[in-house]
This record gives sequence, C-alpha cells and structure tokens, in this order.
Amino acid sequence: MADVTLTVNSRECNLSVTDNAILADTLRQQLNLTGTHIGCDTSQCGSCTIHMDGKSVKACTVLTAQAHGSEITTIEGIGRPGDLHPMQEAFNEHHALQCGFCTPGMIMSAIGLVNESENLDGDAVRKGLEGNFCRCTGYHNIVKAVLSAQERM
Amino acid sequence: MYAFNYHRAASPTEAADMYTASDDAVYLAGGMTLIPTLKQRLSNVSDVVDIGGIDDWNGVLTSGRSIRVGSLTVHNEVASYSTIEALCTLASGIGDPQVRNRGTIGGSIANNDPAADYPAAVVGLNAKVQTNQRVIDADDFFTGMFETALEEGELVTGVEFPMPVRAAYVKFPNPASRYAVVGVMVAETGGECRVAVTGAGPCVFRASAMEEALSANFAPDALDGISVDGSDFNSDIHASSEYRAHLVSAMAKRAVAQIA
Amino acid sequence: MATETGIGASVRRKEDARFITGSGRYTDDINIPGQTYCMFVRSPHARAVISNIDTSEAKATDGVVDVFVGSDLAADEVGDLPCGWLVKSKDGSDMIAPPHPPIATDRVNYVGEPYAFVVAESLEAARNGAEAVNANFQVLDPVLNLRTASESDNIHDNVPSNRSYDWELGDKDATDAAFERADHVTSVDIVNNRLIPNAIEPRAAVGSYDAAEGAYTLYTTSQNPHLERLVLAAFVNIAPEAKLHVVSPDVGGGFGSKIFVYAEETAVIWAAAKVGRPIKWTADRVESFLADAHGRDHVTHAELALSSEGDFLGLRVKTLANMGAYLSTFASSVPTYLYGTLMAGQYKTPAIYVEVQALFTNTAPVDAYRGAGRPEATYVVETIVETAARELNMDPGEIRRRNFIRPDDFPYETPVALTYDTGNYEASLDRALDLVNYQGFAARKAESESDGKRRGLGFSCYIEACGLAPSQVALSLGAGVGLFESAEVRVDVTGSVTVMTGAHSHGQGHETTFAQLVSDKLGIPFENVNVVHGDTNRSDYGLGTYGSRSIAVGGSAISKATDKIIVKAKKIAAHMLDSQEDQVSFDDGIFTIPDSNESLAFAEVAFSAYVPSNYPLEELEPGLSEKAFYDPANFTYPAGTHICEVEVDPETGCTEIVAFVAVDDFGTVINPMIVEGQVHGGLAQGIGQALLEHGVYDDDGQLLSGSYMDYTMPRADDLPDFTVDTTVTPCTHNPLGVKGCGEAGAIGATAAVMNAITDALGVKELPMPATPETVWRAASGG
Repeated sequence: MADVTLTVNSRECNLSVTDNAILADTLRQQLNLTGTHIGCDTSQCGSCTIHMDGKSVKACTVLTAQAHGSEITTIEGIGRPGDLHPMQEAFNEHHALQCGFCTPGMIMSAIGLVNESENLDGDAVRKGLEGNFCRCTGYHNIVKAVLSAQERM
Repeated sequence: MYAFNYHRAASPTEAADMYTASDDAVYLAGGMTLIPTLKQRLSNVSDVVDIGGIDDWNGVLTSGRSIRVGSLTVHNEVASYSTIEALCTLASGIGDPQVRNRGTIGGSIANNDPAADYPAAVVGLNAKVQTNQRVIDADDFFTGMFETALEEGELVTGVEFPMPVRAAYVKFPNPASRYAVVGVMVAETGGECRVAVTGAGPCVFRASAMEEALSANFAPDALDGISVDGSDFNSDIHASSEYRAHLVSAMAKRAVAQIA
Repeated sequence: MATETGIGASVRRKEDARFITGSGRYTDDINIPGQTYCMFVRSPHARAVISNIDTSEAKATDGVVDVFVGSDLAADEVGDLPCGWLVKSKDGSDMIAPPHPPIATDRVNYVGEPYAFVVAESLEAARNGAEAVNANFQVLDPVLNLRTASESDNIHDNVPSNRSYDWELGDKDATDAAFERADHVTSVDIVNNRLIPNAIEPRAAVGSYDAAEGAYTLYTTSQNPHLERLVLAAFVNIAPEAKLHVVSPDVGGGFGSKIFVYAEETAVIWAAAKVGRPIKWTADRVESFLADAHGRDHVTHAELALSSEGDFLGLRVKTLANMGAYLSTFASSVPTYLYGTLMAGQYKTPAIYVEVQALFTNTAPVDAYRGAGRPEATYVVETIVETAARELNMDPGEIRRRNFIRPDDFPYETPVALTYDTGNYEASLDRALDLVNYQGFAARKAESESDGKRRGLGFSCYIEACGLAPSQVALSLGAGVGLFESAEVRVDVTGSVTVMTGAHSHGQGHETTFAQLVSDKLGIPFENVNVVHGDTNRSDYGLGTYGSRSIAVGGSAISKATDKIIVKAKKIAAHMLDSQEDQVSFDDGIFTIPDSNESLAFAEVAFSAYVPSNYPLEELEPGLSEKAFYDPANFTYPAGTHICEVEVDPETGCTEIVAFVAVDDFGTVINPMIVEGQVHGGLAQGIGQALLEHGVYDDDGQLLSGSYMDYTMPRADDLPDFTVDTTVTPCTHNPLGVKGCGEAGAIGATAAVMNAITDALGVKELPMPATPETVWRAASGG
C-alpha cells in the first residue's frame, strides 16, 4: 500500500491506496467523485480528464501514487449550480452535451485549452479537443460553447 | 493490473538502486504507454520505479548551438520552445493535449514504438542521447522495433539536438490513434542532409537516396522519382506497406517544400 | 402558446445541471453495500468446440466468491436470449433462430463470447479468477466472409447454409416487367461497412437480490428498462415481472446498442441470487468492442430501371445481411422491415422488389445501430440514384426532383408496404441547394483544381420510417411486442406536475422537451414540470427509446394524458365556478367562463382536486392524475436533403468535408436547439461511417479494430461545422404533428459524403470507409 497526499478540489486528502491504484479509480471509489468518468482502457477517450497541477491529464493513465503531492481539480471542483464556471455555463447555453458522459472530461479539457491559449478559433478548438471523444453532439455545439466561454474566462 | 511495488525515486542514484534491488523492475516516466500496458495486463512486473520526480532531468536548455531537452520534459514543454521549429511542430503533434502534458521525450525514445514521432527528430536532427552511463549517437540509438541501444537499467537523461540550418517535420497521422503512419523529418544540419522516417517501418530509418538527392539540390522536385523500398514496411488496416512507401515520398516533399 | 419555454422554444436543458457539474448518476456510479464484482471469461477463438471448462483454480483464487459456467445457468432453467421479431422467408417458413445461451456451453461462435464468469470481492480478484479458468478448445475454421457464408460450414447444427431467413418484399413480376421496358439500367454493388456503436459510457449492470422479498433489482445501461424486464421475466425466466425491478439511470449514450438484452446483465442478475450478494459488472472498452451488438454489415447488388428521360421505372435490390453469430434482440427486423420497406425513398418508383438473406458468421451479433436498416436503405437508393444521374448526364438534383412524390400525392402508398402521410421533398431540396450555394460550385471546383485538389458534391435525399410503431402493423409483421408508449401525468396538490414516461432519455433531452410540452399545454411554469423515466417501478410500462420514437409516440402519450387532465380539471372548474363543463374554457393555465370575470388558475383547481371542499365528489373522484397509452396509427416519415461538399487531396487521399448542409422535415419541432443537436450527432455518425469507422475481423476472426487505437472514432477535428435547417410538414396522424429527429443525420449523411467523394474523383464506386488509402488508390487510378 502507498500513503498518498493529494489536494483535491482544494481539500487535502490523506489516502492509503494500493501501489497499482489508478487515479481515476481512487477519485471515483475512495473519494466518491464520480463525475470523473472512465470510457476506455487505452488513454484515448478523455472522459476522465482532470487537472493535475493545473494541467489537463487523463486520470485513467496516472497512478495515484504518482500524483502524490499534487493538486487535483475535478469537475466537482470548478463550479456548482448558482456558481457555475463560465465553461459549464456555456455548455448549457449552447447545448454542448447530450448524454453527459463525456461532458466532465470535455469541460475540463476545454478549460485547460482556454487557459493555455489565446484567441482560439473554431479550428484551434477542434484541434485542442482531439483528446476527448463525444459520440452524441458531433462536436458542433461544443466548439461554439468553448468559443463563447473563452470570451468570459 | 497485476500487483506491483511502487517506488518513487528522488535522485538518479536512488532510481538505479531501486531498479537493481528489484527482481523485474520497470522505470516509469510519464506512463503514457506503460500504464495502459499494465492496466490491460499486457505486462507483469514486480516493481515500478517512478523517476518522474527527478528534477535534474526535467527542462529545456537552449544555447546558440543546440537545444538540450531533459529526458523527463513533457511534450507540451518541448512544444513551447520554437528554437527548433521542426522539433516544436513534432512535439505539438504527439498524441493529444493531455498526453502531451504527461508524456516525456525520454519515455518515448526509450520505448521506441515504431509509430512514435520522437525517433524521427532524434535521428533526423542527429541528436545525441545522453544516458546515466554514456552518450549515444542518434544513428546508433534505435536498434529495432521497441528496441534501443540502452542496456538493462540504463536511463536516458536527456537529448541534445544541434541547431540545424533548416529542418521540417511532416506527419501523416493514424486516423484512429494519431500515432504516425508516416512521419518524416528532413534537416540540413552539421553539413549534411538527413531524412529520418518513422511510422513506416519497424524502426525509424534514414532514407539515404533522398538524403543524397537533397544534398545535391535541396528542393522538393529533387525527390521526384525517388521511391523508398516498402517491402518490409508495416501494413495494417489503416495503411498498406505500399501506401506507406508512397506517403514517405509525399511527406518528405512536403517537408522540403516548407524549408527549401 | 408562444412563450420562452413553450412548444417551439429553444429552452436550455434541465438535465444539464447535473451533467455539467459531474452529478449525473450512471450505472457504474451506483454501489450497493456488500457488492461484489464480476468478470466474464471470453472466447479467444472465433469458432471452437469447448469442453472441460475447469473452474477449480479460479474458485481457489484469492477473493473469488464463485465461478459460473453455462451449464450452471442451464441447470437453473435460465432461458436463451431471444430474438423478438419473427421474420418469415419467401416460402412462408419461419426464420431460424439458433439457441443463444447467455453463457456458452459447448460451442463458442465469436471472439468475445462469454463461456464463464467470476464473481469476486474486487475487480482485480475477479480478473485473477478469470485468468485462472481453463478450458479445452477444439478450434474450427471460422465462417467470416458474408459473400460465401451460405456455402461454408454450418455454424449452428439446425441452421442449414447459415441462413436465418430468405426474405422478400414487393412485386417481383411487376419489377421484372419494368426492367424489360427500361431504356437504361444502372447497377451498383455496395458494401455497407460494419460499425461498432461505441457509446462513450460502456455497458454496465448492478444486480441484487432481496431474499426476504424474493425480489430482484437490476440497475443497467438500457434504452428500454421495461423491455429488459419483460425479456428477463418472460423468456430468460429470472423472476416474474412483479419481482423484478429494472432501473436505467443516467445512461451515457445508446445509439441502439443498449436496446438489447445481453448476456452480461442476465448473468449478473441471475448470479446475484446465487451468491446472495449484489454484483457489479462494467464493461471495459475491449469488451464493448467485442461484445456490444455491431451495426450495418450488408453486401448488396441493386439495379435501377430508368426511362431515357430519367424516370425511375423499377428497383431491384438483393442483399446479404450479416447477423453475426446469433440473432440479437431485434436483429431480424433491421435488414427487413426497417430496410426493404424504405426502398421507395422519396420517389415514385412504381415497382420495387427486395430480397434479403440473413446469414450467420463467426462475428459479434449485429443489430440495430442508429438508423437501423434505414441508413443502409438510403445508402442503396441514394447511391444508385446518383450513379444513374451521372450515367444519364443529368443533374443529380434534377433527376431526384423529377421522381419525387409530390405534395399532392399524399397519402402515398409505396410498392414496399408503407403509406407516407405527408411531406414536401422539393422544399427541402431547394433549401439545401440554396444553403450550399449550388450555383457557385463550379467555380469552387475550378479553384480546388488549380490547387491540385479535387472537389465534389454529393446529394442524399433520404426518408425514414420512424415513430416505431403501430402495434398491429408491427405484430402482423412478426414483432413480439406492441410498440405503443405509456405516460402518466400526475398533478400534485400545489399544482406542480410529475410526468412518468416509458421512453428513456440517454442524451435526447426528454426531461426538457416533455416538460415544455406539458407546461405549454397546462399553462404552468416549465420549472414546475418534472419528468421521470427509466424505472420500472415508477412508470407503468414503456417500450423505451429507439427508432426516433420518443416524441412521436412517447410525447403523444404524454399529450393524451395531459388532455385527460384538462378534461377532468374543466369539470372541477365548472363546479367551482358554478357553471357547466361545456362552458369552461381553458387557456394559458386559466379556466374562465363566458360573460364572467371569474376565473381559476390551474393550481387552484389542482388544489381543489386534493382538498375537495368545494368539489363534486358525488360525480367525480378526487385527485388529478391521468394515464394514457398511445398507439400510433402509422409510422412517421421524416425526410430531407443532405448535401456534402468535399475536397480531396489526391496525393495523400485525405478527404476534407468543406461543407455539410442538412435540411430536414421533422414536422412540428418542440425544441429547435435539441433537434439541431440530434441532427449534428447523427451527421457525425453518418460521416464516421463514410470516412472513418470500420469493424474489421482478420482471417481468424480476431477483431482488428478492437480498441480506439484502431477503430477510428470521429474526433472534433475530423468534422466540419454543420449547416442545418428544417422545413415543416406536420405529421398528420399524431396529436403533436411531430415526426422524430434522432436518426436522420445518421441515415442521410453517409450517402451524401460518398457521393461527394465519387463525384470528386470521377469514379463510380468506392468502398466505405473512404480512408485515405482507399481514396488515394482511386485517385491514382489503382
């Protein structure tokens, strides 16, 4: 077992995990943060995207032990109803989600993208979201939402 | 995932000690290949030695003559340096943004996936691979599919890319995985022309006929009529060996066109 | 009523609040105390005789609770997984449905078929146990080629020629006669590529058994929880429906693949009673690829007879449909009643004859995937029509226009068993031509060519039969269930409303659309309407969501129940206003009577229904809650024109979609924003089929495209911005005038893309997906 300290959504968590625990599983099962979803085994679909020390990463491809000492932000940590993050607000306004399964990862990726870029256009948003699959929306409204949120972030 | 013991190394010495003390250890850098492999139980190791915390091996140093990339530098970090534009382009096209935030140059070249991008940069730009034991020339580093000159336990610590006179990388990505179906680095560096091809064959290679043609005339049409032998190229549901051979020429010409 | 939240308004979705904050509750988010974990042991071979399954080592593995094999289920009289639609062959004989045990017993017939499963304290322990199950396989040559499947070894003992059925539709003699007098015959050979649905949420199940009650609870990723319950009760023999509670919570996309009743949830719910503890199973993506029902996979030869002026005289279609190794839940209906019946398309083709052979191969079962039969039909019709236009040197729009069924032809009875109620195909075509700037295409093409590129334009004028389905029609054609929908509208004491529906939302936005509908009809705030779905203990009954049926059938049921509420509320209001029922008008949530200033708000009447002090108790029961079952009189017929413009790089074979225009007629639209979103998603899947996606098995029956490393999922940068618009001819036979919109994109897009590429390259045919290599070869003349 490994003793791991993480700061998750601004709260310090001291955890004991198996050496081979995956961060996405730890978040979902030990911390009950089930907004981080798992959609594949090969680090492709991006449903599990979180921020680790401010950068978008796929939580299915990080050992929990590797994350020791890092600051983790999940979808649950960016905004709540009544106090939504501009990206969450834009996803709702532009109908950028349907089944909602890819949405947490998509929003976290989109926030990371906007944080690290300036003056994104549609093509840049499409390229910047290449690590996230959505099977419902055809991405059209996701692109609109990200461009719109960019103005408000 | 099979059970294993996790160790976090704080220094190069500690990493080496942890590795040798284990029965069947593997080094973990960014984990972008290793962790999915472990998760799918395609690999079973006794110990995982995480070298991700070794700060000495992280970061980019530029001088007028070269750019030295620490082995633990993630792709997005390399992509933020435009010192060698071709290297920046290559790094910014690996995987996807999340992968680029975790994946490292050392991990990539030590793994030597036949479809990885970095081998084309190392060979095409005639870099030197620095390890915790020695310095290895690019042309000697990649020895076969998933095989390198690294000895058991030997770790890449950095890669030094000499400043080329000009260089460009053009990639034809696999539509599914976004790895390289074919990636070609063309460079004029150190008084020679180099054309390094990844993705097409079992291991990165230099297209010598193209290099000779470009040495004589650095222009896209210098490559007209020069084809590469695709008989031992990879072939899969995305691209036959014949198509890959065609793409090598096409990508090489595009690369030359960018810098000619 | 035109309000910000009424019918026709792009209301923001209610359900988003939980999804954008990570508060959705999907099956894998559900944990029950004492829960165990399940792992299936799957065949590594495409075809083998399996014997001596040895579970002793697995049972002795740390953390393993129990291990089960197929014979354990058989001993407990667990039934086979049934196919719910009986198709008859030309000769009148019933289709052959080979036995499909949930867990294989003596044969395995595709890679990934489960033959044992392990229940353990943890997922890792279950995995360890699964690796410790041993069996002997006598590997047999697999049957993989659809074209030669009928001449290959018999996969199943009781299925000669590997043929489930040999079906026909239409008038063969009339069609032959049409070909005899034709001036021109266009023929095409088409392969409709196998697709793997890939909802981003993998399938999952959490089953538990309450021994004291003798009752089961199953949480699962189903598009139709009542149907799941029905099949598990009536066919699989788990428990009577009254003792089986099925909940389909938030479901992360379905696209057809979550309609079916699969081995995994069957095994989980059965074993929950055996081990006396809850069991969870969640597919990993490899399992999704191997064991979700796949889609499409047809080989077709089609011929179109034409006059020299381009009039369609007759159409002949001969199709081989791959069923995979077994008949999945609705597999038999897809290449027949959802395919052959659509061969008229939007055209007045007077004679049509369709033959379909359904064949088994050693591959994963194939069933409905978004559009289900209708994309395949559209692809046949719109490929052959486009090809005919080129052969006759006619404008592809004009040849279609010439053959369209005209607005004054409705109701129009096709030669393939459907009666279209309404439509205006020219209106969609004209609008699409306008939006794509058809006039400017030649100049754009010339510009591309000056850049060394090739540009092409492709049309697809599709029609679909949706709103499944008129029950008696469906039952007469072999369906095993009625296809009506149920609804309950429950007015609460304070006037808020709970709507229970048998439709299931897994992305469609029912919580919003249905609330708009009820709020509009009752004149109450949108926020006061709560929609409940996905729970067999809460909704009376339901057939679920597929076939673009939710609004047309489920919405109509809700509308009908709401009408009943208004009828009863008027009676109450009449009493309260001291008037007569027929004197009471109800508008915008207010009851009024003529020549009076007195009025009552809906909430006041609702209150009176539950606190009946001033209430006609002698005539009327208290309470205000109504149920309705709606059985549609006909299918609905959404139709439209999709036009795709591509630019192809002949040097690499890369295709870029430079414009995609979709103009669809969905009848009345409740929420345009949601409808557009449905179109976008469908287009992505239709384009995915044309350019990217392909389920490929190798010669041993191993799935080569078995992960996202090899199965090309459409990503954001693979797709263009879409231009979508609607035209409206309201459906004539349902109370809302709606037709349904969920599948249109996937039905129409594929042919438009492929027609554009063949136009760009000047070639007749191209296999799908049109990968860069495929296009490069065609562009290079090889």
